[in-house]
Amino acid sequence: MKGLEQLLAEHPFFAGMEPKDLALIAGCGTNARFEAGDYLFREGEPADRFYLLRSGRAVVEVHDPARGTITVLSAGEGEVLGFSWLMPPYRWVFDARALELTRALVFDGACLRDKCEADARLGYDLLKRVTGVMMQRLEAASVQLLDVYGGVRAR
Amino acid sequence: MQVIEREGLDALFAHLVAEGYDLVGPTVRDATIAYGSIRSTSDLPEGWTEEQDGGRYRLERRGDRALFGYALGPEAWKRYLYPPKRRLWSARRTEDGLELRTDEEPEPRYALIGVRGCELHAIRIQDRVLLAGAFADPTYRARREAAFLVAVQCGDPGGTCFCSSMGTGPGVDGGYDLALTEILDPDGSHFTVTAGSGRGERVLERLPRREASAADEAAAAAVVSRAAGRMGRTLDTDGVRELLAETLEHPRWKDVADRCLTCGNCTLVCPTCFCSSVEDTGDLSGRVAERWRRWDSCFHTDFSHIHGGSVRQSAASRYRQWLTHKLGTWFDQFGSSGCVGCGRCITWCPVGIDLTEEVAALRRSPDAWPGDAPEHRETSGIGGDP
Amino acid sequence: MSDLVRTPDDAAPPDPMVPAIHRVRRTRQETPDTWTLELEPVDGDGQRTYAPGQFNMLYVFGVGEAPISISGDPTGPPGLLAHTVRAVGAVTRALCALRRGDLLGVRGPFGNAWPIDQAAGHDVLLVAGGVGLAPLRSAFCRILGERSRFGRVSLLYGARSPRGLVFADDLRRWRARFDVEVEITVDHAVGPWRGHVGVVTQLLDYAPIEPEDCVALLCGPEVMMRYVGRELGRRGLPAERTYVSLERNMRCGIGLCGHCQLGGELICRDGPVYSLSRIEPLLRIREL
Repeated sequence: MKGLEQLLAEHPFFAGMEPKDLALIAGCGTNARFEAGDYLFREGEPADRFYLLRSGRAVVEVHDPARGTITVLSAGEGEVLGFSWLMPPYRWVFDARALELTRALVFDGACLRDKCEADARLGYDLLKRVTGVMMQRLEAASVQLLDVYGGVRAR
Repeated sequence: MQVIEREGLDALFAHLVAEGYDLVGPTVRDATIAYGSIRSTSDLPEGWTEEQDGGRYRLERRGDRALFGYALGPEAWKRYLYPPKRRLWSARRTEDGLELRTDEEPEPRYALIGVRGCELHAIRIQDRVLLAGAFADPTYRARREAAFLVAVQCGDPGGTCFCSSMGTGPGVDGGYDLALTEILDPDGSHFTVTAGSGRGERVLERLPRREASAADEAAAAAVVSRAAGRMGRTLDTDGVRELLAETLEHPRWKDVADRCLTCGNCTLVCPTCFCSSVEDTGDLSGRVAERWRRWDSCFHTDFSHIHGGSVRQSAASRYRQWLTHKLGTWFDQFGSSGCVGCGRCITWCPVGIDLTEEVAALRRSPDAWPGDAPEHRETSGIGGDP
Repeated sequence: MSDLVRTPDDAAPPDPMVPAIHRVRRTRQETPDTWTLELEPVDGDGQRTYAPGQFNMLYVFGVGEAPISISGDPTGPPGLLAHTVRAVGAVTRALCALRRGDLLGVRGPFGNAWPIDQAAGHDVLLVAGGVGLAPLRSAFCRILGERSRFGRVSLLYGARSPRGLVFADDLRRWRARFDVEVEITVDHAVGPWRGHVGVVTQLLDYAPIEPEDCVALLCGPEVMMRYVGRELGRRGLPAERTYVSLERNMRCGIGLCGHCQLGGELICRDGPVYSLSRIEPLLRIREL
């Protein structure tokens, strides 16, 4: 059986982080398991969590009344979900749902923020990692927005 | 209270015909009790009763000569008061414009014979929908104002009936012109009669009758109280409106969807369902167009269609719409429940979905509730691979 | 007769399902698939008053009917109705194909209005997405016509691309005024666009609001209104003072056909304008 710190150390998001920092962060986390179809989070609900996916697959979705549910992002093993814990008012903007059995490490946002406030060096490290993911997502979203493939109009 | 014999009932029919009413009452047709044109008591389903259950309807022979010894057939009276197809207007292109014309034919005056307690309530519910809002339907209004209602209290509830739960029967409590109760005799039956309106009183005075005795009144009351004890179903109505508002994401909806064919039979047979659509037609010349209103059902996939698609695509969402409207949001819109406990939706569902069961299931907490916050799903916490 | 529930007005009212014939006075193409029609009643007495936010059922002979919000200026010439239509189906395509002198049917006005009087004395923020500017144009014109009754007035407008902007002439005139703020953005731009590119809520950085004193009117695709409402909430604007205009399938417009239901709401009768505090819980339920 692996300890939470061990699982953190193995996760790509925390690659290279100092063990004492991992221990601090582990104190904010728990193990969780989502069955296929379970929601990780729902639009509009209070959001103060950070998800590290260990296995399985989850999608970020928006529901449009006419077009139905639209998937805007998928994430799986080794990836992260949920940045709404960084900035108030801590509310989810989208839905996230497990497509299959998904195991994740779930971190309490307030706990993480407290630890970052107390230790600015840890905070900076964590923020660099988060910002790296966000930059990738932003660039990807802009390219997705270009709708470069064109072709089939919905109707 | 008065008492009339069968001759009195025939006299009632003849009198109503003479006053210009189209008589509509129960007959045996298509192996069901179906409402249709009648002239005399010989058109009534004498000696017939029904066996009803989820997805099951059979006519059966009684051992007696009761004229109203059944519960309810598939068709509700709404067919006569709010017809399934109706031309609203026709339009013509003329040299200088468009000319619109509405039908000026007078609406029929129906005498509805054999209206059950639940059906009287259903008619009153449709009154609230179609007449009491900011806009009223002129067809319904005209037919409704003209209609003469002869109610018959229930003596033999069906296997799917739950009017007692809904407070709509088996007796009648107003909204009729005349109310009858059939009392069986060794060789036939006779009827107690009460008038419920000035119009009904005037008609009653013209019929051969006698004053009801205490025994007659007791016999009529006994018919109703016996029926009340023989309901095929019950529905716990306590807090049902709030229940349905709070369980919109209950897993039971998916469960029903696995069974529901979205055929819409329930909306067809339900006496309060009123949804309609409009059809605009044109002819080949492009000079004449018509607008028709026709019944519609929330189970149709395009019922909720907006640009891009339909809001309710899944069977689960459409069944949920029907049930939550009927038993829940109807209160928000019209101030009462939309259900009168007639049980037709249960009988005529091809797969026997029973809304009394569905409501009971919604009251039960599900084992797995989608959208649970992770703390409900967490395993061992630190150190565990679940 | 049995105890019948009577309608309040027992004199036979005009049949609300029969349209009044109108003539197209003028058309203007806004975008490749969006047209504004200016209509006047054929029968001179057939003028109706309306309030911004309401809609009419527009009927094209032999084709069908569609609910279209009124986009006209309520302070403009009486008897002139304006509707802005995007061609997305058979009826709306037929409406967009109408030309000056053509006849069509009009039923209405139906629905409720933007809470403009309630906003008097406060700042007003209008946020429009795509053709959603049409119902808000009517409100904006009314507000501008009574400008001194309101505090700061701002209009934020987002469209897919520069070609998707409607009311281009109006936008230019409004931007030239000194007493309103108008900011425009597009999702992406090809060609010589030098304005903002980004999502409409980013414009709040250029037209900030005082959340304690602001009333917001939002109109556009539902996903956009949910998102904007949330962003405004993040900046402190309560849901009670944020209003949206909803759209659902409508066949009658008068609360009798059952098509426009959203939970217990009948959009044609209780809406289409709603405060977010009232309607947001229903918007969150999928396929409701």
